[in-house]
Amino acid sequence: MTATKTAIDCDVHPTVPSLKALLPHFDEYWRNSIAERGIPGFESNTYPPRAPISVRQDWKGKNGGGNAATDVTMLSAQVLDRLGAGQAILNCLYGAHLPYSEDMGVAVAKAVNNYIQKEWLDRDPRLRASIVVPTQNIEYAVDEVERMAADKRFVQIQLVTMQETPLGRRHWWPLFAAAVKHDLPIGIHPGSTYRQSMTSLGWPSYYVEDYVSYAQAFQSQLGSLICEGAFAKFPKLKVVLMESGVTWLPGFLWRLSKFWRGVRSEVPWVDRPPGEIVREHVRLTIQPFDAPDDPAITEQMADHLGSDDILLYASDFPHWQFDGDDALPRGLPESLKRKILVDNPLATYPRLREDAR
Amino acid sequence: MASHVVAAVDEIPPGRRKLVEVAGRNIVVFNLGGDFFALNNRCPHRGGSLAHGITTALVESTVPGEYRCSRAGEMVKCPWHGWEFDIRTGKSWCDPSRLRVRQYTVTVKEGRELVEGPYKAESFPVRVENNYVVVEA
Repeated sequence: MTATKTAIDCDVHPTVPSLKALLPHFDEYWRNSIAERGIPGFESNTYPPRAPISVRQDWKGKNGGGNAATDVTMLSAQVLDRLGAGQAILNCLYGAHLPYSEDMGVAVAKAVNNYIQKEWLDRDPRLRASIVVPTQNIEYAVDEVERMAADKRFVQIQLVTMQETPLGRRHWWPLFAAAVKHDLPIGIHPGSTYRQSMTSLGWPSYYVEDYVSYAQAFQSQLGSLICEGAFAKFPKLKVVLMESGVTWLPGFLWRLSKFWRGVRSEVPWVDRPPGEIVREHVRLTIQPFDAPDDPAITEQMADHLGSDDILLYASDFPHWQFDGDDALPRGLPESLKRKILVDNPLATYPRLREDAR
Repeated sequence: MASHVVAAVDEIPPGRRKLVEVAGRNIVVFNLGGDFFALNNRCPHRGGSLAHGITTALVESTVPGEYRCSRAGEMVKCPWHGWEFDIRTGKSWCDPSRLRVRQYTVTVKEGRELVEGPYKAESFPVRVENNYVVVEA
């Protein structure tokens, strides 16, 4: 392990073992509905249980039926004790974003947040979590942030990458206002509401196409957030791109900055090169780091990001992004490692700097 | 460095520009409300002809949805990639400290001064009763 006791793992996934585990956290109407309608669950297609990316082989639990991270003891032992970290941020990917019904979306989001609070955060003081929000209706999403924000162990608002509308659009701004009000970065994680096709070309046929298309979706979301002026409107807004792949960023920013020069009067609130805006407002979790396993290339790639402040330590547990116990790519300078492991997460998540209890 | 008579004042009315060749250089002379500015006719990006670019207002904004126009006609956009340059300073909008168009000193002289020299008016006759645009290059 190269992480330290003060390291903060910014992307860890607790698995909801089944809808049954969530039942106590729904209200009476939805508990009844789930039973009476025979609703099987809200697992998404984003991480099929048998896809290699979904669970690293040596992280599959004995009791989890092949799933990893279905309970807090197992997750903490792997992520905190074995890989080495003092704290971890739980990003639960259960499909609160999936139902078309706004009310059902609210019910699932509330159940997930309650479940994370009671079954995970209450059982290990080293854990923190993101608030899952019902994006079916922005007012309800804000209500859920308001409901959960009092618990300072929730340090971020979590959104899936592929939404009904691009994230920079003014439709989303009430959520960003709530984020800024409560010192919560917006964390964007691969996942889709499946309201749109997975690629901008239409629906692909195969899972591998789905998974790699998130890198393009992150680019489009970042372009939207910048060009729609979300960061001009909310100067304190922080956005964390999780499991994005990272190394697409310099090329994308090069292109965006170059073309911005010629058409910037269309978006006059973008009053400086997009790369500068990203370095101030956007952070990226380090797994996966799309590059060959060559220290020289890693260092060069990190250098191309143009700032030591933007990478955050993350194992992406239990997703299979690396082998062994070292979640950091080889070749990062020591001074940068310290920033990635500790300083950058602390700077990104104000609530990590507070005593949550 | 020499002084070159490049146009009669009334050849370049306010809001117009004239492309001239001075000592082997292509220079574009703009008239902004009676003030003359001369820029190298070569965009520092890829060399597009600024004499063929549109002139427009400076557009600024502090929040999305706000569009504030000022200084009508004082920005020239390169016809190739649309990069904007401030005609008064030659500075680009996108990277003003590092990316700028070379600017030349322009003055307006009375014909009577010019006839006495040392000015060069290679391409047209100077009349005592007219005013002329003079570029130092």
